[in-house]
Amino acid sequence: MRPATANGATDDWRLPYAGRVGMLSLIAAEAAIFVIFIVAYLFYLGKSASGPTPAILRPPIVLSVCLLSSSITMELALGGLRRGRAARFGGWWILTIVLGAVFIAGTAVEWRHLIVDEGLTVSTNLFGTTFYSLVGLHLLHVVIGVTLMTVVAVLWAGRRLADAHVPKVEVLSMYWHFVDVVWVVVFTVVYLVGR
Amino acid sequence: MSTESITWAAAEPVSSTWVERLHGWVTTVDHKRLGLMYILYALLFLVIGGLEATAMRIQLIRPHASFVPPHAFNQLFTMHGTTMIFFVAMPMVFGFANYLVPLMIGARDMAFPRLNAFSFWLTAFGGLLLYFSVLGGFGLYGDGYAPDAGWFAYAPLTAKTFSKGHSNDYWTLSLLVSGFGSIGTAVNIIATVLCLRCKGMTLGRMPLLPWMMLTMSVLVILAVSPLTAAQVMLLVDRYLGGHFFDVQAGGSAALWMHFFWIFGHPEVYVLIIPAFAIASEVIPVFSRKAMFGYPVMVAATVSIAFLSMSVWAHHMFTIGMSSGANTFFVITTMAIAVPTGIKIFNWLATMWGGKIDFKAPMLFSIGFLFQFLVAGLTGVMLASAPFDWHLGNSYFVVAHFHYVILGAIFFMVFAGFYYWFPKVTGKMYSERLARLQFWTFLIGFHLTFDFMHVPGLLGMPRRIYTYEPGRGWDLWNLIVTIGVVFQAVGVLLLVWNLVFALVRGPRAGADPWDAWTLEWSTSSPPPEYNFATLPTVRSRRPLWDLKHPEDPDWKYE
Amino acid sequence: MTPSMSPTNIFSPAATPARWIAELSQLVLSVTGAIFVVVAGLLCYCIWKYRRRTAADDWREPPQVYGSTQIELAWTIIPVLIVLVLFLSSARVIAATQRADPGRNALQVDVVGHQFWWEYRYPGLGIVTANELHVPASDPARPTPTVLNLYSADTDHSFWVPRLAGKTDLIPNHPNTMWIDPAEPGLYLGQCAQYCGTQHAKMLLRIYVDTPEDFARWVEAQRRPARVVDQDHVSRGREIFQRTACINCHAVSGTPANGRFGPDLTHLMSRETLAAGIVLNNRENLRQWIQNPDVIKTGSLMPAMALDEADLDAVTDYLLTLR
Repeated sequence: MRPATANGATDDWRLPYAGRVGMLSLIAAEAAIFVIFIVAYLFYLGKSASGPTPAILRPPIVLSVCLLSSSITMELALGGLRRGRAARFGGWWILTIVLGAVFIAGTAVEWRHLIVDEGLTVSTNLFGTTFYSLVGLHLLHVVIGVTLMTVVAVLWAGRRLADAHVPKVEVLSMYWHFVDVVWVVVFTVVYLVGR
Repeated sequence: MSTESITWAAAEPVSSTWVERLHGWVTTVDHKRLGLMYILYALLFLVIGGLEATAMRIQLIRPHASFVPPHAFNQLFTMHGTTMIFFVAMPMVFGFANYLVPLMIGARDMAFPRLNAFSFWLTAFGGLLLYFSVLGGFGLYGDGYAPDAGWFAYAPLTAKTFSKGHSNDYWTLSLLVSGFGSIGTAVNIIATVLCLRCKGMTLGRMPLLPWMMLTMSVLVILAVSPLTAAQVMLLVDRYLGGHFFDVQAGGSAALWMHFFWIFGHPEVYVLIIPAFAIASEVIPVFSRKAMFGYPVMVAATVSIAFLSMSVWAHHMFTIGMSSGANTFFVITTMAIAVPTGIKIFNWLATMWGGKIDFKAPMLFSIGFLFQFLVAGLTGVMLASAPFDWHLGNSYFVVAHFHYVILGAIFFMVFAGFYYWFPKVTGKMYSERLARLQFWTFLIGFHLTFDFMHVPGLLGMPRRIYTYEPGRGWDLWNLIVTIGVVFQAVGVLLLVWNLVFALVRGPRAGADPWDAWTLEWSTSSPPPEYNFATLPTVRSRRPLWDLKHPEDPDWKYE
Repeated sequence: MTPSMSPTNIFSPAATPARWIAELSQLVLSVTGAIFVVVAGLLCYCIWKYRRRTAADDWREPPQVYGSTQIELAWTIIPVLIVLVLFLSSARVIAATQRADPGRNALQVDVVGHQFWWEYRYPGLGIVTANELHVPASDPARPTPTVLNLYSADTDHSFWVPRLAGKTDLIPNHPNTMWIDPAEPGLYLGQCAQYCGTQHAKMLLRIYVDTPEDFARWVEAQRRPARVVDQDHVSRGREIFQRTACINCHAVSGTPANGRFGPDLTHLMSRETLAAGIVLNNRENLRQWIQNPDVIKTGSLMPAMALDEADLDAVTDYLLTLR
């Protein structure tokens, strides 16, 4: 917890850091959006009149491991940042970005296979519509996360990352962890429960 | 704690051109200016929405009138509803929150000033985008201009088959954009209330307005998102060939209804909770008594917000849900009447034993109490599903929700205007004119919305551009339309009163009402930095403590 | 509020579902009315008694009361009890209405909502008609209710005849069921109650409750194939009808015309009104409708047929024979 910045007073009047509260609120809003897409996915399971079914899906285990371990590498990077170890931060941070990028690329490969080989597009049937919408919404959030992380990486490379920025990078890490948690849920719903 | 503002030597040029002043407003991140911009934006759209309503009421003044053709009427009721909810009521409550919350918690601004400005401009753009449909709504078949599928845009009427052209896409896109603005403002309010309170202001000592704005913001976060999701799904259907609501491919029209009302019901609580907030500030001051039962007021508000997420399908009692589902939504909907009723009793108890001063803010608050009571009771009638099988989708519902939005919410908005006008402008309005406005508007409101219940009870459905003679609806529709005139005059009187006071009114001091919350401790209007030194508080009514050092509140709380 | 005020008055029920709702509504209105009188009364009393009287009063604040557990408990518990009573009464009517077993004597009618007309099919009787629903009166001693199975061919509609039952929606891909058992023969009115497009306002409902004898006679007449009248201009009209696009949308049983997009015309002249109840079914209106429906109901989905005057007269004459 940080002291209430508006006051400048540093005695025992301590309120939470606004960036953290703001990001948590945003995460709540995003979670609500995902819930609706998940509800639609579950509601329409088994209801497609024709066309490919979830049986054609191959669980992306490797990609999931990449994405979920990126949360760990991000925490390691943050550890380095909090202790002022710039090199440690940079290495782990870049690795986090790479893992995110691998997830994106791997998803693109998986989708290409689904579209070209299995004939599943967003307009094929209910499964296609709900699958691409839900997984695509998550993918969009991964892309946004990777983009924001790249911005931070550029700042770090230009030696512009200061102590004052640490809370903001922490706030970004909250977003990234949220993206990973959503993936756990989406993976479970789409590749385990639904198949 | 300082009760004066320190004015720094002016750093700005002595005389600025109008371009520079306009630039100042357009680029501002000051919560007070943004708050005023939200409110003025809302007032502009109130006039537009009011004209739409007037056109509809003229068309319905008698059976088989031909003032507007059918397709135009259908656009009118769609635009009227969409405008009033999203571009009048929501900006209005965000405007009040923006202006008042930082002042009331002893902060200098909102937590994220730039996000604040961004959210305002998103909302503003959304409104303009909606109305651009009138010009740009020509689709491939030239079908329709403004959106015409109703403000809740039920599937499959919004599918490409039945909504050719782009008119309903303007509905979708404008609300998507302004929805992001709403979420941004809600995030800002939550962070501000939780993180920027001045020293000593625990959550238990915070005035009720910030509490209720906080609650409203949490609801916005949870409720607007489902609408955003549903609208994305609709766009996927219309433009990517998706099947979310495509009944021919097995999609479900009812699913849209569920998603929409999961947004739609909490949305109405988003609108009413700020009215509760204003009431909880005005009524104590004009009764000269502290709020009765502060902790319960907070608890009741939070539980109303929580419960409001469980009642949505009472808008769907007629769609053929199972008897179990119908029964469930009856109990949740009726349950929400309990904390709501409690609040009315708390306001009543605040007035009880007080010394009630019938200035304009209090007149409107009393109107609010009676009208919110009636609206709540017609809501209980609608909550009884079998009764709703008649009343739903009829003019009874239209009367009910206008009773809430106009009779409760807007009466409190007017109360809020009069209450804080001296603070915002440093001028005092004419009490006589305000009284005239109150009575004029009251008469008009009751002529229109009391009698509007009757056609509903006599079988008149809503959203019809005309009706058959011989159904017994004629006289009531005539009376309803006549009320519009009084309401229009009432709104004009309000605008006249405030504009005239702004330009030629007498000066108002920092605390013309002898009130008790922090915004009255700074000058009128407040300086840009709000407080010279940030205050420290020891009770819920810091100014009461200052004015009554022999009997401060913190001894009793 | 008397029946004479309106033929669609929810407080003058003529069938059991509507009667149950009317009875429930009496309870609900009494309770909410009582609450209004009490609370509004207290409010009125309060603003009169505790108004600020003189300026001399001003300097002293009244006693500040912050709360009272007892009072707050009372005004929590009493509303909860009221809610419980209203809830249980409502739940009872929900269960009774939705779980009613219409019995084997019930007449089954399939109602299909269209933009902007009503299709009625009697699967057990082999009848298809439009816009005017005939049902037999139901003797309370030996009930013969009518079960309406509600479907939609396009978008959402709602079937609302207030004197007979609450409204139930017609939603595509989401069949619904409702039932009515009117005892008193007569004509009952209503209209579509879910916004369905341009002419939602003109999708009227006309329910003819017939005595059992009249109903049997109506059924018999409806089951016959279309009348064939062999006069010159009528035959010419039939020929034009069957040659042009009419048969794409309309059906006339016993002829090649079997389009399902528009109303079945086999017994068109057995109906009193046209265009879903909005104009009388006579030569003038029929002719106008065929010439250009938009004049009567703009936005209706039937196109203007662009027939010349002579052809128009012939087709009209033909249709007038379809009793």
